[in-house]
Amino acid sequence: MQLARVIGTVVSTVKNESLEGRKFLIVQTLNHDLQPTGKPQIALDAVGAGAGELVFWCRGKEASFPFKRDSTPTDCTIVGIVDSDSHVFVNGKRKTESRK
Amino acid sequence: MIIARILGTVVATQKDERLAGKKLLIVKPINLDGTDQSGYIVAVDTVGAGFHEKVLIVAGSSARLAEGNKDCPVDSAIVGVIDSYEVNEKE
Repeated sequence: MQLARVIGTVVSTVKNESLEGRKFLIVQTLNHDLQPTGKPQIALDAVGAGAGELVFWCRGKEASFPFKRDSTPTDCTIVGIVDSDSHVFVNGKRKTESRK
Repeated sequence: MIIARILGTVVATQKDERLAGKKLLIVKPINLDGTDQSGYIVAVDTVGAGFHEKVLIVAGSSARLAEGNKDCPVDSAIVGVIDSYEVNEKE
């Protein structure tokens, strides 16, 4: 699982039946300093996350487990919302609010 | 999942029997600003996407979970046609 920031939304009307009613969000993965790393991805939302929130997402087949696990095609799912940036600790040090 | 645009089609007569009747499309991953990324992917279409459309690609074993791809030897599937997307990186 990796930390990420929700940076946008995707609208898709025509989609695989098994994705009906699901919400797509664009997430930018962050490193342990909460700085962007890698390319943005599209994630399915399992927890009701919103724009700008710090979340963590799960990759691979396990990404479908929050939904109908044998019939939800997703390789990237938001599985948790971090309460705030200051709830992230690295080496015992608190990450302060550092939104860029 | 990633965003890609459709570049073309693949025609294959000899293929695994579980792929019979599936539409194979060549897609190019793109960045959020619309520019192309390097490389391309051959993906199975599950939604009836057309040329130049932006689509959502699921990769890995999850591609097999899409409706219509059950037990198929597939590692990339088109699972949605993108109407629009909005990026708000400042937030």
